[in-house]
Amino acid sequence: MAILLNHVNYIYDEDTAMANAALIDVSLKIPDGQFIGIIGHTGSGKSTLIQHMNGLIAPSSGQIFFNNEDICDRDYNKKNLRARVGLVFQYPEHQLFETDCFKDVCFGPKNLGLSQKDAELRAYTALKQVGLEDEYFYQSPFDLSGGQKRRVAIAGVLAMNPEVLILDEPTAGLDPKGREEILGLISELHRKTGITIILVSHSMEDVADYVERIIVMNRGRVTFDGEPKEVFSHYKELEEMGLAAPQVTYCMQELREAGFDVDTSVTTLLEAKNEILKAFMKC
Amino acid sequence: MLKDITLGQYYRTESPLHRLDPRVKIVATFAFIISLFLVKNFIGYLIAGLFLLICIRLSNVPVRFIFRGMKAIFFLLILTMVFNLFLTPGIVVFSFWKLQITKEGIKLALMMGIRLVFLITGSSLMTLTTTPNNLTDGLEKLLGPLKKIRVPVHEISMMMSIALRFIPILMEETDKIMKAQMARCADFESGSVINRAKNLIPLLVPLFISAFRRANDLAMAMEARCYRGGDGRTKMKPLIYQKRDFIAYLCILLYVVMVVVIGRLPV
Repeated sequence: MAILLNHVNYIYDEDTAMANAALIDVSLKIPDGQFIGIIGHTGSGKSTLIQHMNGLIAPSSGQIFFNNEDICDRDYNKKNLRARVGLVFQYPEHQLFETDCFKDVCFGPKNLGLSQKDAELRAYTALKQVGLEDEYFYQSPFDLSGGQKRRVAIAGVLAMNPEVLILDEPTAGLDPKGREEILGLISELHRKTGITIILVSHSMEDVADYVERIIVMNRGRVTFDGEPKEVFSHYKELEEMGLAAPQVTYCMQELREAGFDVDTSVTTLLEAKNEILKAFMKC
Repeated sequence: MLKDITLGQYYRTESPLHRLDPRVKIVATFAFIISLFLVKNFIGYLIAGLFLLICIRLSNVPVRFIFRGMKAIFFLLILTMVFNLFLTPGIVVFSFWKLQITKEGIKLALMMGIRLVFLITGSSLMTLTTTPNNLTDGLEKLLGPLKKIRVPVHEISMMMSIALRFIPILMEETDKIMKAQMARCADFESGSVINRAKNLIPLLVPLFISAFRRANDLAMAMEARCYRGGDGRTKMKPLIYQKRDFIAYLCILLYVVMVVVIGRLPV
């Protein structure tokens, strides 16, 4: 059992007129090795939720456990927690500061008290893992493209060898090709290393193809939690929240309504293709 | 930790004080501050205090919120009071070693303390009840006559409103960058002074880059909308005095006359 949230509430600006509940009674279990997508509209509390998981925000009430230890304990080692639950924020510009990419990735491991040599070794492995070409290693991170900056930012967290990797909107502001590359990279990382990955996004298309479990947040509450198929079957409710199921779901629904015998619960393009071909053969 | 700074902040709520014309509030604040320096006895401060209390009640801002900003000047307040207490010559009331407390010293220290607290409360009440935009609009209008002697009033107020507008943006940005670096185990809170200053580099570099980028974007956006300074520029919401503003001016006048007449009576 990796991360456990028990009736967590969080209220912003608690004792002013602007008080605003961001999380309401959130209880979640996040076992080791899962690939999870957290989906929600802007302001649904998803960013607040993930910041609880590595102790950047303390809950107003409720408990959070990591490996059966309460992380809100006064003497719990927060630094250690943040190395084990890596969080990559949305904008790489918020964390890149060094003169070259390699030094920037070394920042995390060095903060953990590793020697220069060990930190460099970790940085090298991490940069290789995110697939950054060697020629960019010693370039200023500010000269890179959006997709490459994001890779360096992910490497910066990966270099701390986390057991859980949380990514906040890793595809925001990228073109379709860059998006696919980053998502491909993340899913390969999951396959190779087996670490728990939590992908935060507002786009169903992003996560549908990759994750094994989807958590839908709406107005601070967990509304749905389950396998993609199961969650997308509530596509009418998802629409009411301002979210949408993947286009594949709509396509299959319309085929069904037009009288074709297809399985409407498919979520990926490949499954849909097979399903349509099967229906076509039957005709 | 950044959340504790309330000095110069705006508190969004509905109240008679929020509705007043910003010019009235600026003039009132100045009148109040000047009145504090004219007062010579405690009865005068009592009147000033009452006036302030009424204003606070009218503003609908929680008292707790106003005094939270006071923490920032607490040290200054104590320092002022201690210096006045020990360094004023006069009739000695109490002495030990080389220090002596005089009757005049006690009086002066108390007055200074009250004056400072009133000063900060009064001026923060203005910023708490007026949006930065309104404040600079009011200032521009009030300073309007200075245009005749070629003071760039519009430019100054534009610069001020941009600067004020950027404070919350940069604060939020600082918070985000801090969190991003803390997620990489950066430490901003412990270590020696030199180490702490060094540890700020991962915070300051992204912050400066983002500030420059934002400034650039803003300049571009202003130019795209043909901004060319204040000449002939009209306002969407021009400031026009209402009946309540004249009533407020009258109240201020009454207060000033009262404080100056009573507060300057010899004790």
